[in-house]
Amino acid sequence: MKTANKTVTATMLVKDALQKAKHFAEYNIFTFLNEEGALKKAAEIDARIARGEEVGKLAGVPYALKDNFLSPEGQTTASAHILEGYVSPVTATVVEKLESEGAIMIGRTNLDAFAHGSSTENSYFGPTHNAHDFERVAGGSSGGSAVAVALDIVEFATGTDTGGSIRQPASFNGVYGLKPTYGANSRYGVVAMASSLDCIGFSTKTPDDMDLLMSITAGQDPKDMTTLPDFYNIAAPPTRTVTRIGVIKDFDNDAVDAEIREALSRKCELLKSKGYEIVELDMPALKYALAAYYIIQPAEVASNLSRYDGVRYGFRSERAQDLEGLYNNTRGEGFMPENKRRIMIGNFVLSSGFYDAYFLKAAKARTLIVQEYAEAFQKCDFILTPVSPNPAFKLGEKVNDPVAMYLEDLMSVSLNLAGVPGLAVPAGKTRDGRSLGLQLVGPRRSDKSLIEFAKELQDENDL
Amino acid sequence: MEINSENIRHLAELSDFALSEKEIESLGGDLKNIIKYISELDELDTDGVEPTYQVFEMENVWRPDEIVSQDATREDLLKLTQNEKDNQIKVPRVL
Repeated sequence: MKTANKTVTATMLVKDALQKAKHFAEYNIFTFLNEEGALKKAAEIDARIARGEEVGKLAGVPYALKDNFLSPEGQTTASAHILEGYVSPVTATVVEKLESEGAIMIGRTNLDAFAHGSSTENSYFGPTHNAHDFERVAGGSSGGSAVAVALDIVEFATGTDTGGSIRQPASFNGVYGLKPTYGANSRYGVVAMASSLDCIGFSTKTPDDMDLLMSITAGQDPKDMTTLPDFYNIAAPPTRTVTRIGVIKDFDNDAVDAEIREALSRKCELLKSKGYEIVELDMPALKYALAAYYIIQPAEVASNLSRYDGVRYGFRSERAQDLEGLYNNTRGEGFMPENKRRIMIGNFVLSSGFYDAYFLKAAKARTLIVQEYAEAFQKCDFILTPVSPNPAFKLGEKVNDPVAMYLEDLMSVSLNLAGVPGLAVPAGKTRDGRSLGLQLVGPRRSDKSLIEFAKELQDENDL
Repeated sequence: MEINSENIRHLAELSDFALSEKEIESLGGDLKNIIKYISELDELDTDGVEPTYQVFEMENVWRPDEIVSQDATREDLLKLTQNEKDNQIKVPRVL
């Protein structure tokens, strides 16, 4: 990625990014443009460069921040009405790490409110449009981030992935999207959705950029007790000699769009011609990953979103007569319908009488899914699958049918349940010009190898 | 479970929302479809399987018994509320 120097200054890079952001305003990518703050930071960095100081690996690089990362620059809204007006006094660890290397946040990107959705249509600020087809969805929930990268406004953007929210919009817009191993990057200062599934990652234009970003952000954080000791930057990272690529038999069925299946077979042929062995995998429990996910995730959502009560920060309803009314009206007016559906489903699956049949059952299914991945990685090094069953769909097509929208997460959620990393790579286009993507899945802590493998195939990724 | 307006109201109560009649109707239909979908999990045989609640693979992460710096001060946090009075947050009557 392009960093600032004495001739190409940070100010020039930031101005260029801001100008492009404004040029693409109708795509509704940003919830906030950090004009003043970004230009101020750029001037500081330029002054340091002029003095001959070492600024960092991301000196003056403009980036976009998904609007569920906390920082004092602009409101952190998570694209939800209930967080309106919230200017965070704290900064997410990932933001601190990126900015200590000289990166400059030029804007906050749109998402489905609280990251609840697969199209960025559930945003209080309206939908984001697909980078390559204005009538279609950006994917979600990190839709704004993927489009900001795809339209070349910024070099990279942050994302969160609880069930596909980085990978699916990346594939809908033809960029790279990484959901790292659970615990690779700190979740501190990121609006919590489902704590046992949430992962912090990025949208980038190249696997090299992804590698650079992970080398900066990965590692243990005393403010997030579920971060793993740095496995990304150790002297000899556990890179794997990749010879066998697994494909999952059950995924090659009618649920998956024909052009995505074609892209998968094209890639398999290419890998075969390069000497890789293609291994067919039988993973019968994966069929149930989506149902298990839509039990576990809402249960955790119901718990995490109980903190939004209108008392301490954000939106407060004016209509309340008493404290209970304040909670009820603030939450009733402040949440989007999809937030409400997830909280109610979460409370349903956790309530006495239904806990065993739903939540406990899903937690047991999760064990089977973890085991299936472990067994699969005995037979192959990486798995190659579609990211989603369909390429970008039309705006409005699924937004009123929650189950149809959930089905778009069919192939992405099992990685979060198992905690394994997945890298969405571009895989050509449909005949009508929509981006296609595939995901490379590896065992836990294989993030570095996944990215190295994508680098190796880089020239042929977008076939 | 049969989803009707009564248990939708109950779930809304558990969730601390006020819902309009229109919402009760539309959310009710949605929840019915979602519950029907997630009930497909019944088909999966999980006899004798232990549950998994987290995939972090680490337990008992110890740290020194010292406060990790809190970035926000009391004043910072009080500034976030719209109704501060005497260094406290004002809410409507409780009873």
